[in-house]
Amino acid sequence: MLSGLFQYEFLQNAFLTGIIIGALAPLLGVFVVVRRMSLIADALSHVTLAGIAFSLLLEKTFIVVAGVSPLYMGMLFSVIGSLFIERLRNVYKHYQELAIPIILSGGIGLGVIFISLADGFNTDLYGYLFGSVSAVSSVDLWVIAGISLAVVITVISLYKELFLLSFDEEHAKASGIPARLIHFIFIIMVALVIAASMRIVGILLVSSLMTLPVAASIRIAKGFKQTIAYSIIFGEISVIGGLFFSYFLDLAPGGTIVVIAVIILILSILAKNVKTRLA
Amino acid sequence: MHEPSNRMIIKVDNLSYKYEKENVLEHVSMAVPAGAFLALVGPNGSGKSTLLKLLLGLLRPQQGTIELFGRDIRSFKAWDKIGFVSQKANSFNSGFPATVFEVVSSGLTKKIGLFKFLRSEHRKKVMKALESVGMDAFATRNIGELSGGQQQRVFIARALVSDPELLILDEPTVGVDAQHVSQFYDLLYMLNRKLKITLLLVTHDVGPITDKTTHVACLNKFLHFHGNAEEYRELDDKELSSIYGHGVQLISHNH
Repeated sequence: MLSGLFQYEFLQNAFLTGIIIGALAPLLGVFVVVRRMSLIADALSHVTLAGIAFSLLLEKTFIVVAGVSPLYMGMLFSVIGSLFIERLRNVYKHYQELAIPIILSGGIGLGVIFISLADGFNTDLYGYLFGSVSAVSSVDLWVIAGISLAVVITVISLYKELFLLSFDEEHAKASGIPARLIHFIFIIMVALVIAASMRIVGILLVSSLMTLPVAASIRIAKGFKQTIAYSIIFGEISVIGGLFFSYFLDLAPGGTIVVIAVIILILSILAKNVKTRLA
Repeated sequence: MHEPSNRMIIKVDNLSYKYEKENVLEHVSMAVPAGAFLALVGPNGSGKSTLLKLLLGLLRPQQGTIELFGRDIRSFKAWDKIGFVSQKANSFNSGFPATVFEVVSSGLTKKIGLFKFLRSEHRKKVMKALESVGMDAFATRNIGELSGGQQQRVFIARALVSDPELLILDEPTVGVDAQHVSQFYDLLYMLNRKLKITLLLVTHDVGPITDKTTHVACLNKFLHFHGNAEEYRELDDKELSSIYGHGVQLISHNH
């Protein structure tokens, strides 16, 4: 594979994108998980699917837009979906989780309509659903790198505020920090990272990259910063290992990445149990 | 006897609030002088939480006015002068992966300001706040590993770390085992008398602390009583019943 990595641009793109999202998805995932918003990632990934299907339909109908990456439409839909979720969470204050099935089924519904209008499934769509190493173009890579840089800078700059908002939302509001604005920025970041990650892991599995490494990390980490550090390490092991095995064994990369993340999770649970027994 | 000053930290004038059609607070007027330790007492649903939310700026007054540190709440900006300790059970996820140090340093978020980081002077402040509540030895432990009473001390430290002049506590002993409740009140007493922090303690059980507070206010939609702690102790059962709406007796806890 190493020789292939130097030889084929698509492999380089896939690997570099994988390394970026292997850190980025768990980084935001930590905040998503501790705020008990794990399912929002699922809802947004399905909205992203609608965006991608819409883009593929446009491509088929209007030749002019052919060649424009469906990634952008996916991002646009994801961001719009995140805004809808926020709106719904405010409308149903006592049933905030209702926003998730509404957006999730809405996304799938729209996606299926667009797919049927575009005359059904094709290989491209399959790649978006389950991830693909051959699908990342250089332009995609640059867009994803740009988004990642922006997200990392934002998370570092607003770390204190994001921590407080995650730990104790009521206290964050009472202490006078602009909690709503920060939450808004956060949800937009989640939407962008989901859209950026789906090329490699696929829409159906993208939420797992945000949650599984974090679930493993929470078991063994001390403190919040360590939780972030372990999550990123586990994310990277899953993505790099997953891409490696999927290339050699000809497996779907998304599935392989997720299976490795699940193995890490099981090991972390076992490690914690052993540690507790020894203590 | 501990004498609060004449400077008013909180001044509430003719405050009313309703959710949809239900009146929760009606014509409430009260004042809390600097250095006071006020217990705000009332049964469930008496409007205590609503009054707190109004004082913390989480709700806007519909009628009447609130002044904090001599300034109308609508133009009040110095929120770092106010520390808040909420009911732990309601607002805290005990599985949250944060150390005691991280939790207390989050109390400096507003003071440090946007786009700035924790510096060594802030770290010292965090340790000092932990020392003042006797929890400095637990700085590197995860918050979820501590007992209810210890966690609540950590939340006090978080509120103290920004050097507040006023500390508002919303039923802080919920979830703290009975054995540690009196220790907890001793800590509040120390903060009020030694560190000169004005305290507003919301509680439904005023018995154990009437000897520590300087003032008591009884709320049940209306403010039924607002005076110093001695006057409160002199209230008879009949008067207390009219406040609470059912038969009550003031029980002195001897801890």
